Amino acid sequence: MYMAGLTLVFIFWEKRIDMHHFYDFITGSWQEIVKTFKILSRNKMGLFGFTMTILIIFMSFGGPLIWPPETSANVAEINKGSSVQHWLGTDFQGQDNLRKVINGGKDIVVIALLTGILSMLIAVIVGSVSAFVGGRVDSILMEFVNIWLTIPKFPLLAVLATVLALKDVVMLSVLMAILDWPALARQVRSQVLSLKSREYIEAATMLDLGTPRIIFRELLPNMMSFIAISTIFEMTHAIYQQTGLVFLGIVPYSSSNWGVMISAAERRGVLFNPHAAWGILAPMAAIVLFQLALVSFARSLDEVFNPRLRTSV
Amino acid sequence: MTTITAPTISQRTLLDGIRKIASSYLLRRLAKALFSIWLVTTITFFVIRAMPGSAVDVLMQELTAQGVSPEDARNQAAALMNIDLDQPLASQYLEYLGNVLRGDLGNSYRSAGKPVSKLIAQVLPWTLFSVGLALMITFILGIGLGAIMAYKRDTWIDHLLSNIAATLDAVSPYLIGLLAILLFGITWKLVPIMEMRGAMSSGMKPGFNTAFLVDIFKHVRVLLLVYVLSSIGSWMLQMKSNTVATLGEDYVTVARARGLTDVRILTAYVGRNATLPLFTRLATSVGFVVGGSVLLERLFTYQGVGFLLARSISDRDYPIMQGVFLVITISVIFANLLADYVYGWLDPRVHILGEEN
Repeated sequence: MYMAGLTLVFIFWEKRIDMHHFYDFITGSWQEIVKTFKILSRNKMGLFGFTMTILIIFMSFGGPLIWPPETSANVAEINKGSSVQHWLGTDFQGQDNLRKVINGGKDIVVIALLTGILSMLIAVIVGSVSAFVGGRVDSILMEFVNIWLTIPKFPLLAVLATVLALKDVVMLSVLMAILDWPALARQVRSQVLSLKSREYIEAATMLDLGTPRIIFRELLPNMMSFIAISTIFEMTHAIYQQTGLVFLGIVPYSSSNWGVMISAAERRGVLFNPHAAWGILAPMAAIVLFQLALVSFARSLDEVFNPRLRTSV
Repeated sequence: MTTITAPTISQRTLLDGIRKIASSYLLRRLAKALFSIWLVTTITFFVIRAMPGSAVDVLMQELTAQGVSPEDARNQAAALMNIDLDQPLASQYLEYLGNVLRGDLGNSYRSAGKPVSKLIAQVLPWTLFSVGLALMITFILGIGLGAIMAYKRDTWIDHLLSNIAATLDAVSPYLIGLLAILLFGITWKLVPIMEMRGAMSSGMKPGFNTAFLVDIFKHVRVLLLVYVLSSIGSWMLQMKSNTVATLGEDYVTVARARGLTDVRILTAYVGRNATLPLFTRLATSVGFVVGGSVLLERLFTYQGVGFLLARSISDRDYPIMQGVFLVITISVIFANLLADYVYGWLDPRVHILGEEN
C-alpha cells in the first residue's frame, strides 16, 4: 500500500503534474454522469433503485431532525401490530417501529458510504499502479491479492473488531476498507489493462500526452461506471458485515440503528413471539430494501454501460 | 548399457524431475497455501500479542479488574495463551508458530483448563458436514437453474428466476436465516424450530445408522436451506451468463449443423465449458459460506465452529477466538487448494500454461 502510494507520487512528480489534469478529470467525469442519468431515466429498475437509495439516505439524515427518537418506554403499547397510530406496530419497549427505523438508518448509511468509497479509493490506486507499472510490482501485488482473497473475511473482521474494541463508525469503516480492498483492486487492474489496449488510449500514449493526463482525462472518466458499480456492491457488503457484527454483539450498543434493533429484538426472544414480529420485521425490511435498492441501481448501471448485456441476456 | 553411463542418465532424470516438481502446478499451489497459512498465523500472533491493545493485554486488564494481582494476572494470561511473556517478541513469535504446528492452541479462559484444540475438534465435523453439503447442493442446483435460464432466456421463466436470483444475491445471509425461522418456525409452524437446536438430539449416539442420519438431517435442514438460498443467486447468474456466452461459440453452431441432439450438445459441448470457470469461484465461495456460518450457526444454535467463534466472541474468550479463527482459515485455504487441484484436473490448459511460465 505504502509502496504503491509512493510510486504514484513519483509518477506525478516526475511528470510535473499541474492542477488542470484534475480539472479535466472533474469535467470529464461530470459529462459522464450527466450522460448516465439520461440513459438511466429510461431503465425502470435502475430508476427505482436510484430514487430508493436517495430517499433512504435523505430519510436517515433528515428524518431524525423532524421526528427525533423516543426517549422513554411506553408500557401500555408493548408489541402491538400495525395500526393507524403506529404504521409498523410497536416494539418490546412500546416504541413506534417506524420512528425507530427512520432514526436508525444514519449509522448504516454512513458506514456503507465510507467503506465503499475508502476501499474503492485504495483499490483504484493500487489496481491502476499495478496495471501501469507492470513487471515485478504487478506480479507481487497480484500474488498478495490472490492470497488475501483465500482468507475468510468475516471471521477475521469479527476477531479484529472484538480485540480492537472499536468505538466509532469511522474506525469500523476504515477496518472494513482495509480488509476488503484487494478483491476490488484486482477488478480495477483488469479493467485498466483492458482499457489500456483500446485505440484511444494507445493514440494518447503515442501523442505522448503524459501518464497523469492519460490516467485522469482518458482512463478514469471511462472507468467511472465500473467504479460506481463496484463501490455500490462494496456498500451492500459493508451493510451485511456491519449488521452482522452488531448481531454478534461486537460493535457497541450505544446508538440505535437497524442492526441493533434486530439484535435487541432477537435477544428478547421476539423471534418466538408472533405478536412481536413487527419489531424484527421492520428493521429487516429497511436493511433489505436498502440493499436491494443499491443492487438494482448497480445492475442497471451495468446494463447502461454494457450494451452487450442489454441485447444478449 | 554400461555401468559408466547409467549414473549420468539417472542424474539427468533426477534433475529433470526436480525441475518438473518445482514448476508443477500443484506444488506451486501448495507453496501458496502454506504461505497463506503462515500469513494468517502471523496476523493472529499480532492480534493476540504484538499489537497495542492486543488480546493478552486485554486479558491481563480483565483479570486485574477481577481482583487478581498484576503479577498473577500476567502469569495467568500467559499460561492461557500459551505464551512466555518474559522472552523477546521474536522468540515468542517462533514459539507461537511451533505451538500452532503441534496443534497446541492454548486453553479456554471461561471453561477453565479445557484445551482449545479439543473444543474445536468436537465441533469442526458439524461445520464441515453442513457447509460441505450446502455447497454441493448449491453448486448443482445453481448450475441447473442457470442453464435453464440461459436456454429459456427472455421468457417469463428467465425473468422470474433472474429476479429471484438477484434478490437472493443482494440480501444478507443472516437476514434470510431470521426470515426462515420467522416463517417456517413461527408463522407457518412447518418445523419445530425449538427442538432443532444443536447439531443432534441429546442422547443420540453417533454412528452410521438410519436413526442417527435422520436425526442429524432433521437438525440441519433449515440451516441447509438458508445456506443454499443465500449463495445460490450468484451461481445462477454466473452460470446463465457463461452458458449464454458458450451458446454463441462457433463449435456449438457446428455441433448443431452436424445434427447432434440437444441433450448431447448441452452435456458435452455447452455444459462442460460453461461450468468450468465456476470451479474457480467454488474456492471463493467456500470462504464466504464459512464466514456466514459464524452468524447462521449462532442464529440456529447449531454447534459448529461458527457457533463456537460467536460464543467465544460474546464471552471474550480470546484463546478460543484465535484458535477457531486459525482453524477456520486453514480449512478454507485447504478447500481452496482442493478446488484448485480439481480445476487443474478438469482443465489441463491450466497445467500447460503454468509449466510454460
